[in-house]
Amino acid sequence: MKLLKNIALSDTGFVFNPGNGDSFSVNPIGLSILKDLQEGKSEDAIRNRVVEDYQTDKETIEKDLYDFLKMIEQFNLTDYHE
Amino acid sequence: MKKQIYERPLIQRINTGMMNKFGTKTEYAPVSHIDGLAVKDLINEYGSPLFVLSEETIRNTYRDAVRAFKTRYPKVQFAWSYKTNYINAVCNIFHQEGSWAEVVSGFEYQKAINNGVPGPKIIFNGPDKSDDDLRLAITNNSPIHIDHLDELYRLTELAEEMNKRPNVAIRVNMDTGIYPMWDRFGFNYENGQAWDAINKIILGNRLELIGVHCHIGTFMLSPQAYATAAYKLSDLALGIKKKFGKTIQYIDMGGGFASKNTLKGSFLPGADTTPTIDQFAESITTALLNAGFTESDLPLLILETGRALIDEAGYLLGSVLANKRLSDGRRATIMDFGVNILFTSFWYDHKISPAQEFSSYTEDTVMYGPLCMNIDVVRSHITLPPLRKEDHVVVHTVGAYNMTQWMQFIAMRPAVVIIGTDGKSHLIRSKETIENIESNEVMPDFLRKHELASGILK
Amino acid sequence: MSKRKITIAVSGLNNIDSPGPGIPVIRALKDSELFEIRIIGLSYDTMEPGIYMHDLVDKTYQIPLPSAGQQSLITRLTYIHQQEKIDVLIPNFDAELFNFIKLQDMLKKMGIDTFLPTLEQFEERQKWALNTFGEKYGIKVPKSKQINSTAEIHALTHEFGYPLVVKGKFYDATVAYSPDQAMAAFNKISSKWGLPIIIQQYTPGIEVNLTGIGDGKGNLIGAVPMRKTYITDKGKAWAGIALEDETLMNIARNMLKGNKWRGGFELEMIKTDKREYYLIEINPRFPAWVYLAVGAGQNHPEALVRLALGEDVKPYESYESGKMFIRYSYDKIVDLKEFETISTLGEL
Repeated sequence: MKLLKNIALSDTGFVFNPGNGDSFSVNPIGLSILKDLQEGKSEDAIRNRVVEDYQTDKETIEKDLYDFLKMIEQFNLTDYHE
Repeated sequence: MKKQIYERPLIQRINTGMMNKFGTKTEYAPVSHIDGLAVKDLINEYGSPLFVLSEETIRNTYRDAVRAFKTRYPKVQFAWSYKTNYINAVCNIFHQEGSWAEVVSGFEYQKAINNGVPGPKIIFNGPDKSDDDLRLAITNNSPIHIDHLDELYRLTELAEEMNKRPNVAIRVNMDTGIYPMWDRFGFNYENGQAWDAINKIILGNRLELIGVHCHIGTFMLSPQAYATAAYKLSDLALGIKKKFGKTIQYIDMGGGFASKNTLKGSFLPGADTTPTIDQFAESITTALLNAGFTESDLPLLILETGRALIDEAGYLLGSVLANKRLSDGRRATIMDFGVNILFTSFWYDHKISPAQEFSSYTEDTVMYGPLCMNIDVVRSHITLPPLRKEDHVVVHTVGAYNMTQWMQFIAMRPAVVIIGTDGKSHLIRSKETIENIESNEVMPDFLRKHELASGILK
Repeated sequence: MSKRKITIAVSGLNNIDSPGPGIPVIRALKDSELFEIRIIGLSYDTMEPGIYMHDLVDKTYQIPLPSAGQQSLITRLTYIHQQEKIDVLIPNFDAELFNFIKLQDMLKKMGIDTFLPTLEQFEERQKWALNTFGEKYGIKVPKSKQINSTAEIHALTHEFGYPLVVKGKFYDATVAYSPDQAMAAFNKISSKWGLPIIIQQYTPGIEVNLTGIGDGKGNLIGAVPMRKTYITDKGKAWAGIALEDETLMNIARNMLKGNKWRGGFELEMIKTDKREYYLIEINPRFPAWVYLAVGAGQNHPEALVRLALGEDVKPYESYESGKMFIRYSYDKIVDLKEFETISTLGEL
């Protein structure tokens, strides 16, 4: 999954899609995942990075990441043409 | 490097007009303890879900209500409304505090007797009183509040049959300026029904009319309506004195004071808008004192307050069963309690707090109960931090009606504990067991056996 | 004379096509000869234009919606007060007033002055209590009655005659010319807004309004009557003109003698052909057109600030009738960064 190229991420947790004018807010871990996606990291890589950085386990982040990525898709923040 | 504390990743659309998060933290500020006991420990000991009552809150609320009325009016008596919460331990706290009992069925009447309440201190209300119930109440000299003419005639017959003179009051309904007007119970004031009933009782000379009673509605937010009702009941009492020379001993204002819950659809939270007990007391006592009674004729003021005395003392502890995402993107959290035991969630937006610490990030959530039923919605919209499976929550202000209106439906009913003023938890109703539920079932012989063929599923 | 420096928090920054009173109140305050005012905006929504009008609003903070309750509000205001040292707070939305009235003592203890109506004054002018209000203070109010079923409609012919107005609990009003039309209107409005339905006497005439301020002791400190000369398709004022109307001024004076109104208010009245005045509504705050009063020579928001500070304020004795206001809209250019800041940090 890839984030749309022109999505603007700000360190305050503000996310802006200049393509349709939508804006969102994310929590710090959400922001870090969006940045991973922007860098082109795979879902596996993101999972490993989160387990590395946070006090959590693989099963938990697997469930939560699945949900988070679904939301990103629903909010039209991902690139279809891939 | 030390690992950071994990929180589920969240993304939310910034909508204009939505509730902003700045300063809205009160609802989801964590509540980890109740009267000094940890939610976690209570659940470990008694299971989840669990109803918890606070003895201290009950006694303080009651004493505050008594103070509000007694400092304004010389003769005041509370009667505990059994239907609001008739767990015996709860009733006995009120009886220890000096409260009489107010019951609306033979079953509740029996409970009051079993709790040791003397007959003359059990007020018998309600439209459903069997002949046996009435005979018992007559024998015990309990005040019987007559609801309709059929009851009046039946009671007269029983009085003759038993050669007794039952103590009675009539229930009066009236227009107090509120909508909807409750006119299904008792006799109407405006159209003269109430006077017809009074005439029949006094001229019939078989029943002793000792009081007048009303119950103008439920969850009343207007103290003014009580002033109107008190004035109209006083008018009846004074009229009876004038016409028959008879002094009415008491005016019973019923119940109905609102608690601090928030009714669905109301704009402001109940905690901010509900009138205080002092405001209700001021309206009622001012009306009575100004009605024109002589000092010696001032009637005893009886109050059947239920909800406002117990609601805030009750909590429901529960746990998260699962989280899911609905098709429209909304978050849904499934709890281990639903409308089956939290019946009042049909009309309140209960305040629900997580029982553990969280960051300031939140998500709009639908909170469902565990039933396999579409109507099982505890809160259709609530802002909560990301809860994980097995996290605990505290539902506030559930002391009234839930522990009487709860259903044994799909699941069994949970335990109820009270946290005593001794700082300890005490079980006052155990968790139901399958034996409890099935003990009343009877299996006819021809239905005892069955054989199911095997082998459809591999 | 040097101006006194003072910080005032103001809500109602929704200066949109049917504007809130916040920005007009701020403009009035900025015109003050007595005060040099720093304005702290209080906003509910990130799209309230006032947030971005930096020539009028020095800094804005988001505050929780009234439905979040008083505890949330006071927590947020405590934080804002720590940053800004607010001297006076002027709320401008009907929906938030209940909370601010309840919190005024607590605010006072924190050092924030307000000048609000009492809870009793606020409650007794509610829409559903207006008949009683009229009786109490000797103001004509179109007769109205609540009904709960269509069965009650036939009895209305005697009481009201036709036409009459069928109104919803919160919104919607239709003029009915016959029982059949009243029945139809009852069904239509009750299906949308629920029961009860309010039946009101039909009162033809022109609408005249008055913006005023009372000192809480029965004195009218200032008042300017106005007629809308042009309205938008939503029924809001587009343009209006200050009137000379001694009758209306007297109605306001008498009302204040009776109820000792404290703070800003607006009277919405109908003046009939027979020059009788009927009260339609009392708003418990300044209206959005309050700047017309400033234009006509009476700075009501400034007077309110002085009253809030406990000063003795002499009533205004005159104003210039014939002054007009014409509303216009304006496309403000806003940088996304500003929207981001208010959205994520809650202040700008």
